[in-house]
Amino acid sequence: MARTTIYVPRETAAVSVGADEVAIEIARQAKSLGEDIELIRNGSWGATWLEPLVEVVVDDARIAYGNVEATDVSELFAAGFLTGAEHERCLGPTTEIPYLLNQDRWTFWRCGLIAPLSIDDFRAHQGFNAFEKAVDMGADAVIEAVKSSGLRGRGGAGFPAGIKWQTAASATGDQKYIACNADEGDSGTFSDRILMESDPLCLVEGMMIAGLAVGASRGYIYLRSEYPLTHSILSRAIETARESGWLGENIQGSGFNFDIELHLGAGSYVCGEETAMLESLEGKQGIVRYKPPLPAIEGLFGKPTVVNNVVTLASVPNIINLGADKYTSFGVNRSTGTLAFQLAGNIKHGGLVEKGFGITLRELIEDWGGGTESGRPVKAVQVGGPLGAYIPAEQLDTPLDYEAFIEIGAMVGHGGIVVFDETADMAQQARFAMEFCAIESCGKCTPCRIGSTRGVEVIDRMVAGVEREDNYDLLVELCDTMEDASLCAMGGMTPFPVRSVLRYFAEDFSSAVGVDE
Amino acid sequence: MTTEAFDKQTATEIIQGFEARAEMLVQILHEFIARFGWISEAAIRQLAEELNLSRAEVHGVVSYYHDFRTEPPGQHIVKICAAEACQAMGSRELSVHAQESLGVTMHSSNIDITLEPVYCLGNCACSPAIMVDGKTYGRVSPDRFDTIVASFEGSD
Repeated sequence: MARTTIYVPRETAAVSVGADEVAIEIARQAKSLGEDIELIRNGSWGATWLEPLVEVVVDDARIAYGNVEATDVSELFAAGFLTGAEHERCLGPTTEIPYLLNQDRWTFWRCGLIAPLSIDDFRAHQGFNAFEKAVDMGADAVIEAVKSSGLRGRGGAGFPAGIKWQTAASATGDQKYIACNADEGDSGTFSDRILMESDPLCLVEGMMIAGLAVGASRGYIYLRSEYPLTHSILSRAIETARESGWLGENIQGSGFNFDIELHLGAGSYVCGEETAMLESLEGKQGIVRYKPPLPAIEGLFGKPTVVNNVVTLASVPNIINLGADKYTSFGVNRSTGTLAFQLAGNIKHGGLVEKGFGITLRELIEDWGGGTESGRPVKAVQVGGPLGAYIPAEQLDTPLDYEAFIEIGAMVGHGGIVVFDETADMAQQARFAMEFCAIESCGKCTPCRIGSTRGVEVIDRMVAGVEREDNYDLLVELCDTMEDASLCAMGGMTPFPVRSVLRYFAEDFSSAVGVDE
Repeated sequence: MTTEAFDKQTATEIIQGFEARAEMLVQILHEFIARFGWISEAAIRQLAEELNLSRAEVHGVVSYYHDFRTEPPGQHIVKICAAEACQAMGSRELSVHAQESLGVTMHSSNIDITLEPVYCLGNCACSPAIMVDGKTYGRVSPDRFDTIVASFEGSD
């Protein structure tokens, strides 16, 4: 009898709901039934709500079984899932699952598809082709391609990647660095993690191309410590690349030297800010630096450094492979290309949806997300992490476009979409924004360090009904100060969620029992 | 979590494993936490000496980062995600449940358990999420919380 290939994801979300136990049970039962199987631990396709998503290869098609629990395994064997048999968990061919079918997979196209730690599988799916092409094109042409793709920093700030590369390339320095920001701290975001766990070599290739373009021979990845499984997969991927000659000296005879060092963060949110991250990479406290000088001119250890987010770097190989024109065929206005939106919080079908910019929040939340998990109406949606505004239900038709979001006082950020249903107490959410800033502030500038604590106190007084109107004015003034005078986005943008609550959900402050009213 | 008592020789070996590079301090501290469970005053003194830093510099880094505890933790470390996506799915209620169920308040420890909030485990499509001894769990109802914690306690 022929050997049957079975895929069970080894990705944090899938493992967090039992994928390891499912894999162990499948292996155990196959052995006792005398079935010849090959069990591959792939990454995730991003349909997180269907995890653990088990796939069986039948006649070259991958047949998916969703939400499989270890206790389902014997029943699946009995039903004949090795031949793709019908079962209530069966979803048909993976590629035909509607959630996955209608996406624009540019950066995440290999996620779920390949064995993440296999160089052979990566190579069989165009892996390192872009690097080879970039070597032939030369540095200037690579930078030109990234510029004309319009690719903007996917970490949140949206700065054009090509211009950053150009700056670092023209800066003088005996050593230059590529520093990948993998400190994905925003709540509601996990696209960096899915990429690094499901297609880590894509990030390695993106960093190699960046190094080639700007003349950097060393790369650093700053990975948050909250991602231990990612750390294990990514460090193994880097070792594998090194062992097979894709990192190190004279890579594949190209004459180009590049290696990557993986560093762990240590639980500090502000280290996701690029200059704080550089401080942390130097082994210091993650305290924000003044800018200028820009990191592209004086970055890590004072040398020219390109700081890019994981998704930014991982989007580059396909820009080189398929061309900038193809990339700009996705997206709208100045928001070209795709973004991996992440549906999170109170949502029925949470997961990763990579689509061209211009799609609306409503399409994502209703068509992909299936509405709230609780079944209650949506009250608010926080986009772009803890520094992003709370968007009321009546603005769900706003297209996801960097500029359109700025117009409504919000931000696209890293593409995290956190849904709250009508039971959410928005005054409490505004308080949390200030509280989080107080916990995570690096302490360098006063508006952020002190303002955040005062903000919590003012909101507490408002909720308690103490001089509510005066405290309202005070809170607005405090938000102005933090926004205008903070050194970085931590203090400068904490007012965004707070103001949005004041603007759209003011009644949540007054619904609490008043003391003096 | 199995950790050992602080030992000068082991500490030196860890530091040498990073070629005593001062810029590796954060990485070295992670190794110390993995081996010894916490960062003691003796560890800070030794790090300062062997990395050629001042004790103030090392202390500054240790105290800056949430990950570097300066007191011995309980046998198991339970972290409850307290960020927005998990809040939208009842993490505040889960925190209350956890404190009652474990008999430990947030940010504190007893011999068995250290209970802490964490600001995002990146498991936001499976909220609420928790982490026990470095392993992430999703879709954690109060009942599932009790089952998960019991499985760790039983493993001692």
